[in-house]
Amino acid sequence: MFTASDLRKGLRVKIDNEPYIITEFNFVKPGKGQALYRTKLKNMINGNQYERSFRSVDTFETADLREKKMQYLYKEGDKYCFMDNENYEQVYLTETQVDEAKNFLIDNIEVEILLFEDRPIGISLPNFVDLIVTEAEPWAKGDTAAGSTKPVKVQTGYTILVPTFVTEGEKIRIDTRTGEYLTRVKG
Amino acid sequence: MSESLLDNDFNLARKSQALQARAKLIQSICLFFIHHGFLEIETPLRIPSPAPEEHIEAIPSDDWFLQTSPELCMKRLLAAGYQRIFQISKCFRAAERGNKHLPEFTMLEWYVAQFDYHQIMYQCEAMLINAFKDMGHDQYIILQNKNINLAPPWERITVADAFSRYAPISCQEALHQDTFDEIMVEYIEPLLGIDRPTFIYDYPAKLAALAKIKMNDPTVAERFELYIGGLELANGFSELTDMNEQRQRFEEALKLRSAKNWARYAMPEKFLQALQTMPESAGIALGIDRLLMILANTCQIDDVVAFTPEML
Repeated sequence: MFTASDLRKGLRVKIDNEPYIITEFNFVKPGKGQALYRTKLKNMINGNQYERSFRSVDTFETADLREKKMQYLYKEGDKYCFMDNENYEQVYLTETQVDEAKNFLIDNIEVEILLFEDRPIGISLPNFVDLIVTEAEPWAKGDTAAGSTKPVKVQTGYTILVPTFVTEGEKIRIDTRTGEYLTRVKG
Repeated sequence: MSESLLDNDFNLARKSQALQARAKLIQSICLFFIHHGFLEIETPLRIPSPAPEEHIEAIPSDDWFLQTSPELCMKRLLAAGYQRIFQISKCFRAAERGNKHLPEFTMLEWYVAQFDYHQIMYQCEAMLINAFKDMGHDQYIILQNKNINLAPPWERITVADAFSRYAPISCQEALHQDTFDEIMVEYIEPLLGIDRPTFIYDYPAKLAALAKIKMNDPTVAERFELYIGGLELANGFSELTDMNEQRQRFEEALKLRSAKNWARYAMPEKFLQALQTMPESAGIALGIDRLLMILANTCQIDDVVAFTPEML
């Protein structure tokens, strides 16, 4: 249980039975008035943002959130299917919930699924994934300018800027936090 | 030599400009008051019974408290015949920490016998214009990329008018819904003192604190606040001199405080007795740290003090 004075940026609390993360926090107190805690909140299920002021008497429950290792299986319509490695149960996330992670989801990749009261609501990827380049302009041997890049498509359909020497069929390592190319991977 | 030792030195050294501004500002303020016939006084920081207020909590010190403001002792001096007094002192308020709040802060407070709240507003305006000038700001000051025009007279607006101008509901409705503070913070405060400093005055009687109720309109108190660039800088009033009414307000505040398990204060009897001889007067408290924030063009109070509690 938290009171409003415990609120901090990054804290995750339960409000009206949904999990929220505090994205901004400020203590204010108008002249001779009461202490107020002004916050910006993000609903962790639908991503909606709100501004709200709380009083010191307001209390919050801790949001029951945990992460569980799961394997990505397949996409069906706008649903992404994952399997719990422990009990082989399958869970689904919507396209909005998967968000940018969809650019890096390859079959059987192991991810962390965020559960709110055992309901899947989000995903976190490993920091690095290796993906195969499926479409690339061939490397013009003459193009030796250091640092020049070109866009290529990887197996998930994601388009990424890579150095000009990267060729179709090669495997490249991508930082999922920035979405940027890191290096070529052998094999 | 550890890294953190170096960091600590750096954090203090980089405040040199702010600390020099503080010293210069305090000098300017003291000179202004001395030139206007005020006596600079000192009152104890440790007191047995602070003024009971619903939303201000004192920090205990042994079985006494650290002052939340020097108001009660200064008014006892007024009652004893001192006509014009000022002091700059440390005040302490429990659990107040934020971008604009420190639990220990510096307050300028002054009182003038035979003044009312409008007269002390003018004096405050004159004192600040003089201080801004001494600090190198003749006509305007820049705050968050906006020019704030310092030419007098500064804006004056009643609380009721501020609600009808800036808020989605009236002051009466806000009081009725118990959302006065929320509306102030969300809709009104950010727009006060944006083009030029603004006095907002005639607070609802319910929020009178230690102010006198207005003679020809009992729904409001002769209380005001000064805002510059959305930042609350000062609070003042025509002082309540009626002992019985003040006792009633304190009793009410003590009840509200005990309902939320706040510290128990004794009734400040000596102060209440002094009200019987206190002349009609006006007083005002102004946050020195906040004024320095405006001068330094910063939204962070930490920037204008050498040490924050976290640095100790």
